[in-house]
Amino acid sequence: MQEPAHGGARKLVHHVRAGDIEHGGLASAQIKRQLSGLGVAPQDARRAGIIAFEAEMNLVVYATNGGTITVAVSERFIDIEVEDAGPGIEDIDQALTPGFSTAPPWARELGFGAGMGLTNIKANADWFEIHSHIGSGTRILCRIERRRHDASGHRPTTRA
Amino acid sequence: MTLRDIVRQLELKVVAGADWLDRDVSGGFSGDLLSNVLASARPGDLWITIQRHVNVVGVAQVAALSGILLAGGEPPAVAVLAKAEEMGIPILLSRDGAFELAGRLHRILVPGAR
Amino acid sequence: MNLHEVSRLLDGSILTGSRREDIEIDRAYAVDLLSDVLALTDERTTLITGNISPQVVRVADILNVIAIIFVRGKRPNESAISYAETLGIPIVWTKKTMFETCGLMYANGVRPCKNRPMAAPES
Repeated sequence: MQEPAHGGARKLVHHVRAGDIEHGGLASAQIKRQLSGLGVAPQDARRAGIIAFEAEMNLVVYATNGGTITVAVSERFIDIEVEDAGPGIEDIDQALTPGFSTAPPWARELGFGAGMGLTNIKANADWFEIHSHIGSGTRILCRIERRRHDASGHRPTTRA
Repeated sequence: MTLRDIVRQLELKVVAGADWLDRDVSGGFSGDLLSNVLASARPGDLWITIQRHVNVVGVAQVAALSGILLAGGEPPAVAVLAKAEEMGIPILLSRDGAFELAGRLHRILVPGAR
Repeated sequence: MNLHEVSRLLDGSILTGSRREDIEIDRAYAVDLLSDVLALTDERTTLITGNISPQVVRVADILNVIAIIFVRGKRPNESAISYAETLGIPIVWTKKTMFETCGLMYANGVRPCKNRPMAAPES
């Protein structure tokens, strides 16, 4: 889905269903493609795709009723917001520890549950926030600063 | 070929089961899905994986593997090491990735394969 | 070595992407866990996996993986193959184990792709 947002930003909204392993990950692949279509640099689209994928699979595996991934693209930023309505994370610090996972055995056998999901999300975001409460759900906010296109393809170290 | 030889040749760190390094390694097995290890690994295989879940020790014992070689550098949790000591399953550690470790172990165990 | 040579080395078959069989396979990463794949650094790499969950091709797409080698005779389903086809990601399928696949490719000069360490390096 794609809809115009305020301030000239483009907004992409994807709903993710709980337990839908068959389609899990498709929204993220689509997000990456949509971002590329909006002129986002391949490296930035890749980072956003990784964040979205980990978040999407978290919604599939853990969220009671699935959730929503919202991506807003402006000239300087890609903002990704992931929201669900529960169950919520008991201990956020523990969830952020690389290798820690509460994935059920069926998810592990599919290759999930390495305990790297939130770590991967954090590593690909320039700014990351997570809020979670048992009962009310989890909200993750990520921001990627878009690299500027220049001839060398490198990211400028200073900004005008 | 013993675990001790392989530890030396691949420059591995022994993080559990140092008393069992004279065990013979008959082959290698790579993979991270526990059910697949149970289904396909052969007794005596050294198992290369990035899995650090505590169940790896039980799986290695049930499948009668010679040991576990953890790729990717990070040691497993203390509980995993304790279980490995208790069950007599050596855990070896390397900073190298699974592809490289499998490549180098294969070269040692199956020299001349092309 | 190129994709065609890799497929022959592994007694495999190219399930999709046979028109791209001359692409160079010089780096590889072997893993069944998807989160670990997602920690790969941005390099032109080939993915070796025995994981045939529908997520594998999607992850390969997001990461710009150049080819996927499915090992252990695990064959992805037709919708995954056709999805890879539309994306232009070649798929090789082999009955060899992951261990043997890595061993043979390594012996023929394919080198590991780096990934981000699982945690901060020991200080």
